[in-house]
Amino acid sequence: MSKYTPVIGLEVHVELKTNSKMFCSCSADYFGQKPNTHTCPVCLGLPGALPVPNKKAIEWCVMIGLALNCDIPLFSKFDRKNYFYPDLSKGYQISQYDKPFCQKGFIELSNGKKIGITRVHMEEDTGKLIHEGNSSLIDFNRSGVPLVEIVTEPDFQTAEEVKEYLQKLQQIVRYLGVSNADMEKGEMRLEPNISLRELKTQNSKLKTELPSYKVEVKNINSFGFVGKAIEYEIKRQQEILEKGQTPIQETRGFVEKNSSTVSQRVKEEASDYRYFPEPDIPPIRWTNEDLATIECLIPELPFYKLFRFQSGYGLSVYDSEILTKTRDLADYFEEAMTIGRKHELTAKQIANYIINKKIDINIILPAKLIEEIIKTTKKTDVNEEKLAKIIEKVINENQNAVQDYKKGKETVIMFLVGRVMRQFKEKIDAERIKAVLTAKLK
Amino acid sequence: MNKLTLQKAKESLKNKDFSAVDLTKACLLQMKKTEPKLNAFVTVTENQALEQARKADVELASQGDALEAKPLLGIPIAIKDNFSTLGIRTTASSKVLDDYIPPYDATVVKKLKDAGAVILGKTNMDAWAHGSSTETSDYGATKNPWDTNHLPGGSSGGSAASVAANQCIAAIGSETAGSIRQPASWCGVTGLKPTYGRVSRYGVIAMGSSLDSPGPITKTVEDSALILEVLAGIDEKDATTSPKEVLEYSKHLDKDVKDLKIGISSDYFIKGIDKEVEELIKTAIKKFESLGAKIENIKLFDPKYAIDVYTIIQRSEVSSNLARYDGIRYGKDRESFAEEAKRRIMFGTYALSSGYYDQYYNKAQQVRTVIIKDFEKAFEKVDIIIAPTSPSLALPVGATKDTSMFGEIADVLVEPSSIAGLAGINIPVGFSKSGLPIGMQIIGPQFSEQLVLASAHQYEINTQNENWRKLTPDL
Repeated sequence: MSKYTPVIGLEVHVELKTNSKMFCSCSADYFGQKPNTHTCPVCLGLPGALPVPNKKAIEWCVMIGLALNCDIPLFSKFDRKNYFYPDLSKGYQISQYDKPFCQKGFIELSNGKKIGITRVHMEEDTGKLIHEGNSSLIDFNRSGVPLVEIVTEPDFQTAEEVKEYLQKLQQIVRYLGVSNADMEKGEMRLEPNISLRELKTQNSKLKTELPSYKVEVKNINSFGFVGKAIEYEIKRQQEILEKGQTPIQETRGFVEKNSSTVSQRVKEEASDYRYFPEPDIPPIRWTNEDLATIECLIPELPFYKLFRFQSGYGLSVYDSEILTKTRDLADYFEEAMTIGRKHELTAKQIANYIINKKIDINIILPAKLIEEIIKTTKKTDVNEEKLAKIIEKVINENQNAVQDYKKGKETVIMFLVGRVMRQFKEKIDAERIKAVLTAKLK
Repeated sequence: MNKLTLQKAKESLKNKDFSAVDLTKACLLQMKKTEPKLNAFVTVTENQALEQARKADVELASQGDALEAKPLLGIPIAIKDNFSTLGIRTTASSKVLDDYIPPYDATVVKKLKDAGAVILGKTNMDAWAHGSSTETSDYGATKNPWDTNHLPGGSSGGSAASVAANQCIAAIGSETAGSIRQPASWCGVTGLKPTYGRVSRYGVIAMGSSLDSPGPITKTVEDSALILEVLAGIDEKDATTSPKEVLEYSKHLDKDVKDLKIGISSDYFIKGIDKEVEELIKTAIKKFESLGAKIENIKLFDPKYAIDVYTIIQRSEVSSNLARYDGIRYGKDRESFAEEAKRRIMFGTYALSSGYYDQYYNKAQQVRTVIIKDFEKAFEKVDIIIAPTSPSLALPVGATKDTSMFGEIADVLVEPSSIAGLAGINIPVGFSKSGLPIGMQIIGPQFSEQLVLASAHQYEINTQNENWRKLTPDL
């Protein structure tokens, strides 16, 4: 591996969960619906039908851009991307070419590396082809569902970086409440492009130059598979390069059963989509006030929440990460905190209880949770005397261990804690036993 | 009664001089008589029209003010075949759509129906509106009612010929560049091209999307005003329609032209213009002068530059707009496209191709901006501009053969204002010695329909008694 550095970029499509489609008033909730029941002249691309952009979808696209630290140009427009495919009802897709809604953003990974985001733009989904025997059928329910495309710079070097980026991106769009980003339902689709750069030169210019080819991988429907696909590609391309050849510029498909990729389509030259400004939709001009209004719609993002849970509640990185995984869980914790404070419960106690007991936040309300925590704590209170007695007994029965501890072998204390716990039917807070034991052995 | 103007027909319906069914039957009878010679219609919807007329009669009988709420109640209207009509075949005169029956109404059609209009059928046009002759229809050429050896112009030739031949009370056309005004000129009727965005394009089979403007073709200016009142306005289904207020155009036509500043550009009397056309337009300008208008010579961008701009933008948009007829969904494969459509698809595809985009499409858009500014400058000095609509009389049948740029050249005088999205109207000003109509166009700034209509109306009422107005086509 040392001879080559992977150069990986990513295109992610996220389907927005607006009520209606991007350019018509049909329901965008197409998943599992009877084919061609969510259609109208517009999304069927019938002669004469015209697209009218969904304001909410555009606002959500800008929200995503803002959350990804993008610039939002005050002027933007839609363009027609002309190409033929049977699932494309108009013979072109309404997308954005040179004036996307958002550009030049980034996502920061936990190692501090910033992955550059080239652009975030708005487009429409296509219909779906269903192949049955010798015939192919078209379902236009998905045609015109709003899609946001997020394109990164080729800044990734490992599959792990890609996975972390994707988790963060998914978490952000879920926080924003603009998409469920469920990969299995196709609400989030990824296409990594992978190539290898040779490290034969110290010339700094060549070091940053992009390889002469690029391999795009499609059909990846989980974060796990994206790692496998990238690792397979790195290995495959390295073998070709080591033979002194250059991998072909192509689109490959991921094959789940053996975690490999196979060639799908060789791109000899860049496709010519003959983009031109969509004449049916006037350009979009934002004022700074418009953008400020959209910015106000953005909730506290995971990155900030994570930081606040640590600094504000004094929680560990580990606990904070778990509790801020979803907005619902974070909100749940904070609600429990408000109630718990009145009963002098600490953030740590509440966090531990939620995490260790794997609380189902949809079943147990925060108030009920606090009641439970108090009950557990009280139980140990009632047994204070009993606890003292048992500790006394355990100390007497385990003199060897006690001596070891006194000599400085501090880990032995957990052995003693365990002995004490065994005497109780109910679960008792280990920290509590440990505290009493330590005091006693001083 | 099929010869009546819309306004007169309304009055008669109100006075119960005759019924909507009578009126519709009169139109259908005229159609039966004249269609073999004219071929103005692709589809006649006789049964539906009579049904609509019967319903209109019920409303007219039961409600005294029915025509207030529904200003076109019982009025037989013909619609160009590129407007989608629910349940009625809509072909845009192309065999590609031979079997296509839209499941929805264009906004214009819906507004006409809501206003009570009786829809007689779908009029012939150049296939896909690609042309200025109605000779390129896949359903046969339409002929000019004034001389069936001549063309009616196009692409709304069926609508213009139908109005001229009194097969209907009024008709609807659409103009990308000249497709309303030029056939109106050749057929001797009134044709209003509203400002781009004044009338919804929703449901109109797209030609040049940034140019297409639906509008009325009528017997008088007042009739155009009456129909525009119904059609104009913002449409939530067309993002390019304007929220600007819709005026009661027909109620404000009486403003005289005293001190109206009229611009005349010598560039619009191009080399090779028909002498009789030139003479009659100049006479019409004198008429305005005698009514108190101030005539000013202005310099406008030579209209010939508009041909290139228009050709590139329109063909680029066409190549994309026709992509959906890919042979999969409309029952006919791409072989059904006739020569002209294929030529336009090839041209437009080329102009948009990577490497040529900047050179053609982008450059054309830049020149378009120059043309828009040129008009803006002109309208700082004058209120309206008057020019011939077409440099020639209606050309003989067969004139388009082997002339791929026929339309662009025939429409040279209407293209600049179309590119700039301005309001314009054609009104007849007389006939040639050979008996063919001659038309004049009045162009105004964007959304100046009221001024354009009032100016045209003033000319019309002040020439009401001229002898040529008594002529009718001999069919």
